[in-house]
Amino acid sequence: MNLTRVGRRANVSNVDAEVSDQIIETLARFVDLDVRPNVARYESSDTYPGPMVDQMREFGLFGATIAEEYGGLGLNISTYARVIEELSRGWMSLAGVINSHLIAAQLIARFGTDDQRQRLLPAMATGERRGCFSLSEPDSGSDAAALRCRAARDGDEWTIDGTKQWVTNGEKASIVALLARTGDDISCFLVEKAPGPDGDQGISISRHIDKVGYRGLETVEMAYDGHRLPHHNLLGGDEGFGQGFRWALAALELGRINVAARAVGVAQAAMDEALSYAQQRETFGRPIAQHQGIAFKLADMATKLHASRLMVRDAARRVDNGERADMEAGMAKLFASETAAELALDAMRIHGGNGFTTEYPVERLYRDAPLMIIGEGTSEIQKLVISRALLARAKPAE
Amino acid sequence: MKVAVCVKQIPDPAVPGELDPSTNTLNRDDKLILDESDSFGVELALQLVEAAGGGSVTLVSMAPRSEVSGLRTALAMGADDAVLVSDDALAGTDALGTAKVLGAALGRVEPDLILAGVESSDGYTGTVPEQIAGVMGIASVTFAKKIEASDGMLSIQRQTDDGYDEVTCPMPALVSVTGGVVEPRYPSFKGIMAAKKKPVDQVGIADLGIDASAVGFAGSRQETVAVVDAEAREAGEIVIDEGEGFQRIADFLAELKVI
Ligand SMILES: Cc1cc2nc3c(=O)[nH]c(=O)nc-3n(C[C@H](O)[C@H](O)[C@H](O)COP(=O)(O)OP(=O)(O)OC[C@H]3O[C@@H](n4cnc5c(N)ncnc54)[C@H](O)[C@@H]3O)c2cc1C
Ligand SMILES: Cc1cc2nc3c(=O)[nH]c(=O)nc-3n(C[C@H](O)[C@H](O)[C@H](O)COP(=O)(O)OP(=O)(O)OC[C@H]3O[C@@H](n4cnc5c(N)ncnc54)[C@H](O)[C@@H]3O)c2cc1C
Repeated sequence: MNLTRVGRRANVSNVDAEVSDQIIETLARFVDLDVRPNVARYESSDTYPGPMVDQMREFGLFGATIAEEYGGLGLNISTYARVIEELSRGWMSLAGVINSHLIAAQLIARFGTDDQRQRLLPAMATGERRGCFSLSEPDSGSDAAALRCRAARDGDEWTIDGTKQWVTNGEKASIVALLARTGDDISCFLVEKAPGPDGDQGISISRHIDKVGYRGLETVEMAYDGHRLPHHNLLGGDEGFGQGFRWALAALELGRINVAARAVGVAQAAMDEALSYAQQRETFGRPIAQHQGIAFKLADMATKLHASRLMVRDAARRVDNGERADMEAGMAKLFASETAAELALDAMRIHGGNGFTTEYPVERLYRDAPLMIIGEGTSEIQKLVISRALLARAKPAE
Repeated sequence: MKVAVCVKQIPDPAVPGELDPSTNTLNRDDKLILDESDSFGVELALQLVEAAGGGSVTLVSMAPRSEVSGLRTALAMGADDAVLVSDDALAGTDALGTAKVLGAALGRVEPDLILAGVESSDGYTGTVPEQIAGVMGIASVTFAKKIEASDGMLSIQRQTDDGYDEVTCPMPALVSVTGGVVEPRYPSFKGIMAAKKKPVDQVGIADLGIDASAVGFAGSRQETVAVVDAEAREAGEIVIDEGEGFQRIADFLAELKVI
């Protein structure tokens, strides 16, 4: 079998439980000491959290799932999911800073040529070069295969024309994993550009899209007008021609687990806020947690949160074991994201009027949670994935 | 430059502690973690070695049940190796006994400089570092807030109530580090992975040439006879400002002779 075409599995070292626990404990300390006390300031003004991202870089998180041979941490997906959950307990946007970077890195690691891996992965692992992932367009999201951005071959170069929408990290990135039409097929290109708001060589970058939540990091529109790139930037080289869409879907498995894990982190934050407020706020002569209506709500919240977490861990474990996980990752993403939105609203209810102010963190959780329902495939699309896998696995014997 | 740092591994302060009623000592059956008081010493040691352009940081700890969790945290921050003294005979050791054991372990390391916390977070007698210096017969400087090393000499800013003293002393010396004077780095995740493979030399008291009768409950000259709750603070005086509040405050401060 041709290695390039089926893709290499990330060469991940099995991080043992003790190391994994220590990583999460360290991250928890960072989240409690440096993230939670400062998030409101950055978030409300939609300011890029430079110092937090610098510390994430010091931790080595830009190389979280990049193999150690390229200078990454080589975390297994189970540990990676816990990392994302923990970051999101502090601020979901932080998980977004590394998500599309690592999706791009995974595309390169699994499907790239030797030259592409050697040249790009070490700089991505340290965060010196940032990556992003660009599939969606103004008129193609769920129906990603309908994308219109096109690449035309011109000797030893390609020319790119078209408009990409929703490019998270698009401004800071200097490597864009771009999906573009090459005739009837779709291929993936590694666009290299100077980072910054001004665009580069036929690429223009819109102003940041003003988002309800997921603030602090940029999501932009990128227009390509005759951008030229060398043939060796076609992902996978000649072998990569026409493979882009399949590869992108494969890499999105990591993205789906990332988003599901983010949902668990946001739900945990909502749970924590609800628990603490319910024990402090008194009505009718006792803490509201002592009213059965609220106590049972807390019980329901905790139960769903626990179920989400177990589903995400199970999907991650399957990926680590090299088992098929499309359905399980879809289920985890579907359930965890819907749960996060539900818990954010429940936590807001428990806060009463205070929950509806910007003085308490629950309003941010309420604004952040819906992204997980939409990003990396909406809930409806997850149901499509789940039901297809379900039916394929349950095909009646002929 | 070779720096040794005394690090105490203590019960997690976030978990409510329990006393053993028969000995009045803290139960240490759960996992022990790096005492935050010692993270400042570790950070300073790493900075000193970086500034010296080379050298090593060795951790020295005495703890029950071969505990290494706290040592791993400090190794992940960047320390090179560790010596752990763990021995059943050490249960009940008082501060002087601890100093004898640590002094013997440190003697084998032969460091240029030994750092310790001013006081630990659990026992906080604040006496172990100076007793180690006494046992080893080396200079001791307390309450450091800044340390520089050059040509075999240390210049130390020593925190005082109203500023700091400049102190110089020859190496080797033991210096206790005031909490909060530096920002301890987070371990990097590569550091955490590497820490598992860093050497921890575990020794017993026999290896250090210490007799069991000199340490543990047997050798302690100090005994905790009773533990009582601290007295609850009494409510202060509430002054209601009826236009002359500032005068009342000024009078009060004058009475305390602070103004
Ligand atoms: C903040 C943010 C960041 C993003 N970052 C990135 C990024 O970095 N890179 C990137 O490539 N993309 C990114 N996206 C795009 C994201 O993946 C898409 O928005 C998402 O896949 C949905 O596509 P759409 O917006 O076109 O919605 P549509 O596809 O138009 O869907 C609209 C509605 O129709 C439903 N629907 C569509 N098809 C079906 C069907 N067959 N059956 C039932 N219901 C259906 C959907 O579930 C949804 O409810 C980002 C989006 C957001 C909001
Ligand atoms: C009032 C009192 C209460 C006590 N309570 C308990 C108790 O509940 N449970 C119990 O088991 N013992 C208890 N002890 C004994 C005490 O923990 C030990 O004697 C201890 O080693 C003495 O140090 P300290 O914690 O007071 O150190 P301090 O002198 O406050 O510590 C200063 C620095 O010395 C170094 N250091 C101290 N101990 C160690 C060590 N073991 N390894 C490495 N470096 C070290 C560290 O750098 C530390 O920051 C108590 C002692 C007293 C006097």
